[in-house]
Amino acid sequence: MRIRRLLIANRGEIAARVIRTCARLGIESVLAASDADLESLPARLANRVVRLGPAPASASYLDPVAVVRAAKAVAADAVHPGYGFLSENPTLARACEQAGIVFVGPSIESLHAVGDKLTARSHAVTAGLPVVPGGEAADLAAARAVAAEVGFPLLVKAVGGGGGRGMKLVRSPADLAHTLDLAISEAAAAFGDPRVYVERYVESGRHVEVQVLGDGVRAIVLGDRDCSVQRRYQKLFEEAPAPLLPDRVRAEMAEAALALAVHLGYRGLGTVELLYDRERQTFYFLEMNARIQVEHPVTEMVTGLDLVAEQLAVAEGQPLRLRQEDIAVTGHAVECRINAEDWAHAFRPSPGRIDRVVLPAGDGIRVDTHVQGGSVVPAYYDSLLAKLIVHGTDRADALARARVALGLLRIEGVTTTAPVHRALLEDAEFAAGGVDTAFFERFLQTHQPDLVGVS
Amino acid sequence: MELSPDDVRDVVRVLDSSGLDELHLELADLTLTVRREGAAGWTSEQQVLRRPAVEGGTEPTADTEPERPRAAVAEGLVAVHPPLLGTFYRAPKPGAPPFVDVGDKVHEDTVVGIVETMKMMTPVHAGVRGTVVEFRTDNGQFAEKDAVLLVVDPGSGPTGLGEGTQ
Repeated sequence: MRIRRLLIANRGEIAARVIRTCARLGIESVLAASDADLESLPARLANRVVRLGPAPASASYLDPVAVVRAAKAVAADAVHPGYGFLSENPTLARACEQAGIVFVGPSIESLHAVGDKLTARSHAVTAGLPVVPGGEAADLAAARAVAAEVGFPLLVKAVGGGGGRGMKLVRSPADLAHTLDLAISEAAAAFGDPRVYVERYVESGRHVEVQVLGDGVRAIVLGDRDCSVQRRYQKLFEEAPAPLLPDRVRAEMAEAALALAVHLGYRGLGTVELLYDRERQTFYFLEMNARIQVEHPVTEMVTGLDLVAEQLAVAEGQPLRLRQEDIAVTGHAVECRINAEDWAHAFRPSPGRIDRVVLPAGDGIRVDTHVQGGSVVPAYYDSLLAKLIVHGTDRADALARARVALGLLRIEGVTTTAPVHRALLEDAEFAAGGVDTAFFERFLQTHQPDLVGVS
Repeated sequence: MELSPDDVRDVVRVLDSSGLDELHLELADLTLTVRREGAAGWTSEQQVLRRPAVEGGTEPTADTEPERPRAAVAEGLVAVHPPLLGTFYRAPKPGAPPFVDVGDKVHEDTVVGIVETMKMMTPVHAGVRGTVVEFRTDNGQFAEKDAVLLVVDPGSGPTGLGEGTQ
């Protein structure tokens, strides 16, 4: 079937991003917007806007019933869930299926397979992927048995956790018993699921991920990305390809991601997240994200593909239009997430009215944003304002161009994280490439916000 | 409509080869200014003027907005405001008992609630010693920066250390 009318059940820059591909492909875009977003830039860009519900996300962007109601109201052929919100929610996928509407995402089975950490891990093991040594720990005896295999330090992780939540570090055997008790009760309270597991703690790890695309029968790999620059598990800066990886490791990562996608009979765009152990020069499967990622533009820049267009094509039921040998990675791309946050005050959120937006433009520069002069950034949703994406001939060239582009970017009216990126791009360790996920906290301890000329 | 980054790049290419330094475009539903910034390159400033085509039900009306809490407090009492605007929560998580209730004694550093702003949680401290006499903002209600969350009577504060919350 052809998608002629697409409901976008999301907001912010990803909504604007999906609308752009719709416009290029001649698909009618209908934005499902909460009451806080009816005047937003994506609402002005979409062909049509349908009210989704009140401003709180629980009553709008997180309500599968409201989304399907909106899709039916405008007789949409398909729903694009973007990222976050309901993008990996089997209930929405099921409700769409029952309403005869295409859910732009993987099958319900795949959503279940990768939605639960332990299930995802067992699928990864079946597909032959290396996982961080560890296992389920129903009680102290089980935890001790696993600990004997993986050694200390180790992590106790909530099965229902994610994004850094529900994770505890245990340095020595003496701390295991009480940390386990605490983790189980906290997991039950926070996630409604008391299950925890124990795994090896990798002291110096990089977050490397592989982009995959499948049609349910065949799958291909669209290169890798490095997202190790993080603060409290929130990514700030991403790049493609992942720098300074041995060729052998990069090839093995691609093979592993492909094996998992094939094992799942995966249809859609997905990301296989891996933890690269810098000391052992080996990697482990972390999780799979069954949706488009915030950082997908760096992959688009180096491959020349429109990932949303490919996502829509496989959602229509078309076979993959690309073969693995069609995929070539050219140069290097980087992405700076510009958030409405105040570095000088512990990254305090800075919602409010945007006065002016001036963006760098030209060859190799792309800015994905949802704000312009006069836009209001609501306090209800996340702080991402814009993504500055820069493509260069190699990493050094991309970083040099990004420095210049950042110097030209001005978002006035709210405090943004642009100064963080200016400082980051001047840092020697970062410029050398291949920093681990602990790097950014170290960086913050040695860098004071430059309070002069902040914009 | 908007001009995509690719469109803007094409405009920049034309300008670059023309020797012009600035282009200002005014269309029915869009304005665009592309400017040469010395040797650093080019910038673009775009304003999409088109009004959103909203359908599906009535516009949100004033009656869906929660009533703004009264701002004035009686003489001698102290209003507690949020550290920044956001959704006010009286308990650490759904179903848990509230941080404090009416009649509870508080210190300056007592956590009396949290506000969620852009998915980030910030604790609300009482900022004053005394007794909680009234809540003006409900659990889960959105609070502007100047909103009164609760009211404290400093005249009936704890007299010694070790009292109140830890």
